[in-house]
Amino acid sequence: MDWSLLLQLTLNGLIVGALYGVVAMSFVLIYKASQVVNFAQGEFLLVGAWVCWWMLTDWQLPFWAGFLFTLAFMTVFGIVLQVVVLRPLIGEPVISVIMATIGLGIFFQALMKWIFGVFAKPFPPIFAVDQVSVLGLQVQTVYLMSLGISVLIMAGFAWFFTASKHGLAMRATAFDQQVAQSLGVSVPKVFAMSWAISAVVSSVAGVVVGVVNGVSSALSFYGIKVFPAVILGGLDSVVGAVLGGLIVGLLENWAQYLDAQWLNWGNMYTIAPFYALILILLVKPYGLFGTRNIERV
Amino acid sequence: MASMIPAGVYRTSYREDMTILATRNSRLALWLGILLVCATPLVFGRYELGLLVNIGIMGIAALGLNILVGFTGQISIGHAAFFGFGAFASAWLHERYHVPVALCIPLAGLMTALVGLVFGAPAARLKGLYLAIATLAAQFILEDFFARAQWFTGGVAGRITEPFEILGWRADREETYLYVVLAWVIIMFVGASNLMRTRDGRALVAVRDHYLSAEVMGINLAYYRTLSFGIASLYAGIAGALYAHYLLFVSVEAFNILLSIQFLGMVIIGGLGSVAGSLMGAAFMVLLPEAVQALADALAGGAVDRALRLGNSISFLREMAIGAAIILFLIFEPDGLARRWRLIKAYWKLYPYSH
Repeated sequence: MDWSLLLQLTLNGLIVGALYGVVAMSFVLIYKASQVVNFAQGEFLLVGAWVCWWMLTDWQLPFWAGFLFTLAFMTVFGIVLQVVVLRPLIGEPVISVIMATIGLGIFFQALMKWIFGVFAKPFPPIFAVDQVSVLGLQVQTVYLMSLGISVLIMAGFAWFFTASKHGLAMRATAFDQQVAQSLGVSVPKVFAMSWAISAVVSSVAGVVVGVVNGVSSALSFYGIKVFPAVILGGLDSVVGAVLGGLIVGLLENWAQYLDAQWLNWGNMYTIAPFYALILILLVKPYGLFGTRNIERV
Repeated sequence: MASMIPAGVYRTSYREDMTILATRNSRLALWLGILLVCATPLVFGRYELGLLVNIGIMGIAALGLNILVGFTGQISIGHAAFFGFGAFASAWLHERYHVPVALCIPLAGLMTALVGLVFGAPAARLKGLYLAIATLAAQFILEDFFARAQWFTGGVAGRITEPFEILGWRADREETYLYVVLAWVIIMFVGASNLMRTRDGRALVAVRDHYLSAEVMGINLAYYRTLSFGIASLYAGIAGALYAHYLLFVSVEAFNILLSIQFLGMVIIGGLGSVAGSLMGAAFMVLLPEAVQALADALAGGAVDRALRLGNSISFLREMAIGAAIILFLIFEPDGLARRWRLIKAYWKLYPYSH
């Protein structure tokens, strides 16, 4: 047993898992508010990270300014997508909506490759100190920042949904659209807002991952890694999404540890969550916290 | 048999009601179409024939997916993995057991159908987006299996396949292989059209339209959902095997998620729940990259080309075109090319009194 490796991987798992949790949360936000399964969630990360990278390198903006611009851009981006593509599809069958988001996904992935190329590009350095020592482990500063940002976003979500007016309107819409509408909630606005928030939050995760690993189309794979997390947590549970993200992050790192120490199969890091996904769907399809939808004749 | 359908329903027997091609003209048109395809090697070069072969192969796979998505209402984002399984299975059967290639193709189809049933068993309990996500996982798991199972797929290096041969007649060029594909297209499309006239076919449609009512009427939901998955995999497997013996080489990278999305795109663009639409969708999806290429070639050397780097990024432009086509069809023509075709026919039928 290699304890220090296990500890390191567990820490990695928590950090990456928190990011999965953030992305899963923004996925669940869209699903809850507008009943759309967004297969283009990963492209939100991708677009956000590239926009921020472009601001920092080509325009030489300081990090905070580029970051703020990215957030503003993603707000508009999310709203435009919802209004132009998803709004005409309200009332269409599930498959049409899923296909539309898949189409959006490959469109933006290819667009980003066209504009920025296929190679990973590093962010300019943001922190003066590269690594800090936590409990005897060497941790990169950006990882700490990423963990901090993740926790901050989660706290923000918790406040937004329990205390703010718009958050309550969004929950009301998720609960029952007609009742919400009759009580004066503008459902189209709520839909647009949920897409905007989701895009912004995902892009923050995208920028963080970009700072750590460099920006490349590999970012959009986060959008696929989100599925094991949300299925585990339950598709319509924000708490479940966070927990699911953490579990998936830990799972893939532990799978890698098992693989490196004993199995030597290779590639377990990417594939283990999908085996877990199939298992969960077989045993407990509504996840840990999801709403049970019981239909029997 | 009349050459045109009279206005109103004058059918007096079940036989007339069940017929696939109602008029003499549509029958003639079908035979003429088949003859025209048979004659294409006289006119077209190898490249155009290759496109035709591709349309046929993709059409078979898209038809399988349409049976699953369009007729049964189950979503699969892992069709390319089954397509790939068929390709590897056929190559493996030939190399390991020296089965003749002509037999490999249907056998590979059956093997893929079995694998499809294994993955379809969980699908019997799932529907809608849960199923979409489960098949997405199946896509990645199968892709990983292809890369890992050296004995079956040749690993990352891929596997060389033998050309199609029957009774000493070798089909190793586009001019000859076209007939093999055409024969399979006819078999599979006639098969699907007939399936939809049977109890099983109607049961699939009932599962799609209202699964609770279907269950009340005595349709076994789990059985038909699994069956539909099996049929879809059978089609994918046969198409994959045809693909393997056309390219004479199979490797893992070809069967990625983008191909799965393309299959779904073919079904959407062709028209959900339309047998003929599957072929139209496949033709659209195969010809779309060619159109993009032609457009880029037309602009080559100009100011637009230099400003946008068209020449170097043609593969991205193709992907973008696929994504855009799927979205545009969903928004503006959700019933696909099949409906557009019906509208065109109706226009000519009623001309000049269209109202």
